[in-house]
Amino acid sequence: MKYGILIDITRCIGCYACEEACAQRWGNPITEAHKLSSIQNTAVIDYNGVYVSRLCMHCEKPTCASACPVGAFQKTSLGPVIYDPSKCLGCRYCMQACPFDIPKYQWDKLNPKVTKCDMCYERIKAGNVPACVEACPAEARTFGKRDELIEEAKRRINENPETYYPHIFGLKEAGGTSVLYLADRPMQKLGFKANLPEVPLSLFTEQIMSKIPGYIFWGGTLLFGIWWITKRRDEVQRLQRKLKEMEENNKKENGK
Amino acid sequence: MKIKIPKLTFWSSVFWIIVALGIYSTILRFTKGLGAVTNLSDEFPWGLWIGFDVLCGVGLAAGGFVIAAAVYIFNLEEYKSILPSAILTAFLGYLLVIIALLFDLGKPWNIWHPIIMWNPESVMFEVAWCVMLYTTVLALEFSPFIFQKFKLEKPQKIIKSLTIPLVVAGVILSTLHQSSLGSLYLIVPEKLYPIWYSSNLPYLFFLSAVAVGPAMVTIESYLSSRAFKREIEIHILSKLAKVTAVALMVYLVLKIQDIIKYNLFSYIFTLNYEAIMFWIEFAFGVILPIILLANSRIRSSKKGLFIAQLITVLGFILNRLNVSITALENYTQANYFPKWTEITVTLFMVALGFALFRFIAKHLPIFPPEVSEKRKLLTEGFEVISIKEVFKEQT
Ligand code: SF4
Ligand code: SF4
Ligand code: SF4
Repeated sequence: MKYGILIDITRCIGCYACEEACAQRWGNPITEAHKLSSIQNTAVIDYNGVYVSRLCMHCEKPTCASACPVGAFQKTSLGPVIYDPSKCLGCRYCMQACPFDIPKYQWDKLNPKVTKCDMCYERIKAGNVPACVEACPAEARTFGKRDELIEEAKRRINENPETYYPHIFGLKEAGGTSVLYLADRPMQKLGFKANLPEVPLSLFTEQIMSKIPGYIFWGGTLLFGIWWITKRRDEVQRLQRKLKEMEENNKKENGK
Repeated sequence: MKIKIPKLTFWSSVFWIIVALGIYSTILRFTKGLGAVTNLSDEFPWGLWIGFDVLCGVGLAAGGFVIAAAVYIFNLEEYKSILPSAILTAFLGYLLVIIALLFDLGKPWNIWHPIIMWNPESVMFEVAWCVMLYTTVLALEFSPFIFQKFKLEKPQKIIKSLTIPLVVAGVILSTLHQSSLGSLYLIVPEKLYPIWYSSNLPYLFFLSAVAVGPAMVTIESYLSSRAFKREIEIHILSKLAKVTAVALMVYLVLKIQDIIKYNLFSYIFTLNYEAIMFWIEFAFGVILPIILLANSRIRSSKKGLFIAQLITVLGFILNRLNVSITALENYTQANYFPKWTEITVTLFMVALGFALFRFIAKHLPIFPPEVSEKRKLLTEGFEVISIKEVFKEQT
């Protein structure tokens, strides 16, 4: 069963309790930056009085996991996308690829890690809710099964149509995400990119990656073929030259 | 007592300054971390080292597979004389790419992980394997020169019998690799500035690599002819220039197709940073070389050819930097510009490449004895092979 977090922006009061709970869970210092960084896996960003929580979206088909050469990212069956620093080589393709710009890097460390929210994987495995959800005094973050969260979001939209913009952000974006958003306006007005495709971004590379085995086979065959033909042609030419020379020699000898 | 001060020429003093700064930056990189020596950030995780050292390094090494394919697959014997130096360049290019990666990777000691930790879905995984395998292939392709030098006949024979499979593997691997560097950017359609995003990126990267390979071979022949006081094989190089021209023409067609398909007119005809960079790249890196190289007078003049191909190379570098840096500026708003230590490391790599090439070319038989008129005629197919030779080769 896949879990997720529903974030209701209209409920957030900007108390930063989630930031603190998250920092505590990771042993990070508490900062006033309110910006995702290697020491902040969730951030509440103030958009002219609207508080927008940011954290990893835990995509259904995560771009980061598709991009990572060594599979350091993994979509677990419970929903969270988790990261294994012992596999990582630090190429930072995940950061480049993530459509939500989530993974951050420990630039000042000599053994740097990629950092991001892991939906408190250890906690939810043990049957608890994520630290930030537990800390939220306004119930702006709800933890639950993704399907049930979608139902809940629909219910809220239907019951208060004047409060909500009728769109559940994360239902389809980038192929769907486990973290869902509700707000009173389109998320694009709250710092999310407007041109996100509704398909997983890995689709764009898959199209070309799937051609590779065929290319190796046919390319190899073709190259050997060309090599064989040009070699034959050369041999034939050489033999022809040989014949011609013999003829000429014969003529010369006859002429003598 | 008299102390002899070695005379420093201009270029060697430049070289030693770069090496000194490079070593300083290297120490800094491995004691203070990436943050201290680069202007990279969470917003802009890939900079000059990926954009130049890796993307350009691999591209500029393309001469190796282009010439190897010409000689062995298409049996164009005449290119044989430049094959060793082309393969050497490619090999050194790949070695330097790997060294540059050791700088850029956050955990360089894990660089071998893709060997046992697989994610075949990832373009980066493919890139990693191509680098590993193709470097090995290049090392094997180059090894006969070392064996020859030390008169090791047995391994020389083994490699020789493997030539064709090696060359085929090399061509496959490097075409895959050249194009997959473009594929890396397929996954960020929403981040890359529209002028540079295209589902054709892998093909565009491949074509520009095919164009720049011969260009690099030309430049290197020109420079080494000056350094080692030998003749330039101008008749070969001007034929290679046609390869560059044709590859660039196909590139041009694909690019125009993209402009139409993605309706980029409004992007390329506005006056902004991206459009200006695009036009510089397009005019000087694609159109100008095509015009110059299509001209047979320029193609047959040493200097003209050198300059035309130099423009091709510079245009190519600009293209790679545009895709990897310019195209991401608008989305990230990071205003990335490399830190001086990033630049010195890059220059260090380039200088190392030059020095290694020079050193190896001095000690190994990279440049064959100069082609005599007789041989030249032979390669053009005018001379008749004597019967004795025919039989000798067939038995
Ligand atoms: S939001 Fe980014 S980091 Fe999080 S799962 Fe999706 S692709 Fe990965
Ligand atoms: S930085 Fe690490 S986790 Fe991210 S893609 Fe590279 S190897 Fe994978
Ligand atoms: S789920 Fe856990 S890791 Fe993620 S933001 Fe909340 S507290 Fe932090």
